Amino acid sequence: MDFMVFQYPMITIQACLDGILLGVLFALIAYGMALQWGVMNIINIAQGDLVILGGYIAYFMYLYGIHPAWGVIVSPIIMYFVGVGIYKLVINKVVDRDLFISILATFGISILFMQLMNFAFGADVVLANSGYGTTFLFDSNVVLPNSKIFSAVVSIVFAICLVIYMKKSKLGRAIRATAQNSRAAKILGVDTEKVYAATFGINAALCGVAGALISITFTIHPYMGLPYTIRSFMIVIVAGLGNLPGVAMSGMGLGVFEEFADYLLGTEFRIGSVFLLLVLILVYRRFKLSRKREYLK
Amino acid sequence: MKIKKIIITFVSAIAILLSTSVVSFAKVVGDKIVLGAAISLTGKYSSNGVHTQNGYNLAVERINSMGGVKVGGKSYKFDIIYYDDESNPKRAAQLAERLISQDGVEFMLGPYSSGLTKAIAPVTEKYGVPMVEANGASRSLFTKGYKYLFAVLAPANLYLDVAIDLAVEKNNGKPVRIAQAFEQDAFSQDVRLGILEAAKRTNSEIIIDDKLPKELNDMAATLVKVKQMKPDVLVVSGHTKGALTAVRQIAEMKVDVPMLAMTHCDAAKLSKQHGKNSQYALCASQWHKSLTYKDKFFGTGMKYAKDFEKQFKYDPPYQSAESSAALLVFKDAFERANSFDQKKVRDALAATNMQTFYGNIKFAPGGQNVDKPMVLFQVMCDDSGKCENKVVAPTKWASAKLIHPIPSWSKR
Repeated sequence: MDFMVFQYPMITIQACLDGILLGVLFALIAYGMALQWGVMNIINIAQGDLVILGGYIAYFMYLYGIHPAWGVIVSPIIMYFVGVGIYKLVINKVVDRDLFISILATFGISILFMQLMNFAFGADVVLANSGYGTTFLFDSNVVLPNSKIFSAVVSIVFAICLVIYMKKSKLGRAIRATAQNSRAAKILGVDTEKVYAATFGINAALCGVAGALISITFTIHPYMGLPYTIRSFMIVIVAGLGNLPGVAMSGMGLGVFEEFADYLLGTEFRIGSVFLLLVLILVYRRFKLSRKREYLK
Repeated sequence: MKIKKIIITFVSAIAILLSTSVVSFAKVVGDKIVLGAAISLTGKYSSNGVHTQNGYNLAVERINSMGGVKVGGKSYKFDIIYYDDESNPKRAAQLAERLISQDGVEFMLGPYSSGLTKAIAPVTEKYGVPMVEANGASRSLFTKGYKYLFAVLAPANLYLDVAIDLAVEKNNGKPVRIAQAFEQDAFSQDVRLGILEAAKRTNSEIIIDDKLPKELNDMAATLVKVKQMKPDVLVVSGHTKGALTAVRQIAEMKVDVPMLAMTHCDAAKLSKQHGKNSQYALCASQWHKSLTYKDKFFGTGMKYAKDFEKQFKYDPPYQSAESSAALLVFKDAFERANSFDQKKVRDALAATNMQTFYGNIKFAPGGQNVDKPMVLFQVMCDDSGKCENKVVAPTKWASAKLIHPIPSWSKR
């Protein structure tokens, strides 16, 4: 254990800010997951792989001399169609089956994507340089890379746009209606098939944005998807479905938690601590649920 | 219907027979010496796996075109059976079994990475198959008492201890304060052991000792600590992702440290991916093309680099060079043994003492090469942003002077 993070207030602030900026990005991925989980009742294990694929799109733009920040526009557009494609090929066959089948199917997609990306782009770790500078705070005791700030801002903008879209647009309303009761929606003339495809597409597009941001702030690699899946799963579990502010809050919370775990336990336990937290929360929920049931009896 | 069934049974019986028995051809067929290798052509090591394969292939072509291997007055040519181990140790061990017991291979070349070599070594040892490997540097490979394993490369614990010596030297012989961050895998942990020994030897103090996860892509916490504690040298080893992440975040967080020492810089294409931000990084390397070792097949390192580039269209990383050297070692051993008897070849390998373009090769009883020091190069960039790796240590091979301490970010 290393308590340095509490001994220097500046490090505490640094850890909190780093965590929040990171958490916003996680929340964006989790939002996509919550959306399609809520609408289609599918847990998408391939979420992280979609993120990485989005990252590669930004990376290739960067390779061809386009600034990778444009990736946050281009990547979601391409990824939307990738998402719709996956839906038409696989997901529509498992959408009304039980959760287990959908987990298996998306797990398969995840493996397929990993191998295809490895095959197509190689196993090298790559990144896109944005060339954004650094922001110094508190007499340069706290440093924030502008790329992280950029990614947090872009994530928030996309999240807000999506919320407005879901509230105001026709498709958004159809999606929400389907989430509430797909049968009723169908009876009232909503083409649920189309809604499902669009939902999965929107989810993939969000992953595309997040991926582009990750290629700018961190590194991407064909096999790095799973940690993002786990994180978004965890955020959704904590926040609950259809609870948007909850997703944002628990995303940031997870970001800060990770940063502190990093300082306290060491970087090697960073992802491990997320898994541990996930288990603890699931156990706690179960415990709470069983108590409630007893009460109802 | 019945006839159809009989035919199917018959055909499948023959297929099974063929698949199990016919493939057993021996290691030396006609004028060919068949070597076996499991290489990572897919999976997470695939890029380095390809570097390894290219190195092997270039050497096979070169040796064959220059008269091959002369054993018992007859000239033989090298041939290699490759299998893809999918970067998976279990698969690698299976393939080694298959190469030896089904394909009848009697001499093996190593796979890529310490982990996979560790998986294969017990198999080759069991069958008494001599294996010359070029990409497994983990020290634990050489302490198990393997008799048939030979590595042309220096063990992992020697990768970066030179850097500590260098830092002490620059500190007028006084001990230094070291910050280190290592991935938790066999290789990086061996590099760490080397640093611990060097620290002990020089009375230096390790003030930060972080471990990095396999999924590493953020090491901000370590760097914040480095910023706060101001060590004299920062050592990072976490394969390519470690090198890339460290350089990106050091530049973004403007971390000033007098010396930054890393591994896997050239595999990570550090100077290409990061440009000027990677400047001044010190990198451990098994080989550099500017070294002045020589042999009659490839000439000098410069010439090797040129030939390699001509054929594969990229600059050879050291992973390719060491792989090529493995073939030169095999050729030399076959000729000295003057036989294809595994025992005799093994003894000849153990007695190897030669120079190749890659470096001097002489094996310790454990199988590691003890005659070739590691080199350190520093990434140096000119004003136009073009970066180059220049050897700065050991002094005997240095082609440029070490820039120390690294200028602070405010002055860059």
